[in-house]
Amino acid sequence: MPDCNDYDCNDTLRELELFLDKELSDGARETIHNHLGGCPDCLQAFDFHAELRTVIAVKCRNDEMPPGLLSKIEQCFGEDLGPGG
Amino acid sequence: MADNADFAEQAMQFAPQLYSAAMRLTRNSADAEDLVQDTYLRAWRSFGTFQEGTNLRAWLYRILTNGFINKYRAKQRRPDETGMDNIEDLYLYKRLGTLDNALGSRSAEDTMFEMFTDDEVKAALEELPENFRLAVLLADVEGFAYKEIAEMLEIPVGTVMSRLHRGRKQMHKLLYDFASERGLIASSRIASDSITTSDS
Repeated sequence: MPDCNDYDCNDTLRELELFLDKELSDGARETIHNHLGGCPDCLQAFDFHAELRTVIAVKCRNDEMPPGLLSKIEQCFGEDLGPGG
Repeated sequence: MADNADFAEQAMQFAPQLYSAAMRLTRNSADAEDLVQDTYLRAWRSFGTFQEGTNLRAWLYRILTNGFINKYRAKQRRPDETGMDNIEDLYLYKRLGTLDNALGSRSAEDTMFEMFTDDEVKAALEELPENFRLAVLLADVEGFAYKEIAEMLEIPVGTVMSRLHRGRKQMHKLLYDFASERGLIASSRIASDSITTSDS
């Protein structure tokens, strides 16, 4: 468990969510990026959350569509939109 | 977009991911199927208002989430949001962060994939109160930006951020609880004594 009492470490961990979301300004993003390059503890925290997000994304979108759904959708496209539709 | 046939073809490619999203939202296959069908029907009818150059995928997700909010959310009981703010930051990491080291040679990614079953991850997301589930689904599963989510849900970006922060913490705690129930964490705790688990 990293002991992040360092000002930069606390800052980095606080911004980790925004960093992973790619929602930081270029400057802030670079600051975090540079810090991660030199701080194994924060890099470990970053890796953990990046991997966790990949796992969540993959496991939450692997449902198999019920047979017949695609043809039902195609029927939607067959609906007459009327004049000018 | 050139014509209706083009639209249909391009929109169809998103059906599998829209269905998975609908499953997380409605939590059952019959409603999910209806929601996806309804999404395509609405998309088809309002296709005339679709602006070329607009992100088609984001547009379809907006129709899907609006459809869910209008039709399904009303009939579900008010979500329980109590206890959501008592979870510390980096909750899961503080408990499992050193697990990779503890398990030795296996790669970190394999470890994480095996740590939680598909059903557990789905259940953790589906147990979130709806407002939080929508935000986490759109950001972490579908990869939309804050601004896109704010537009889809018609809420300020700050609200998106706060729902994501709280929703993620809750989801991570649920994942931890599931893994604990299976006994996975108990055995790993022995191997990594540096993990602090004082509060429960």
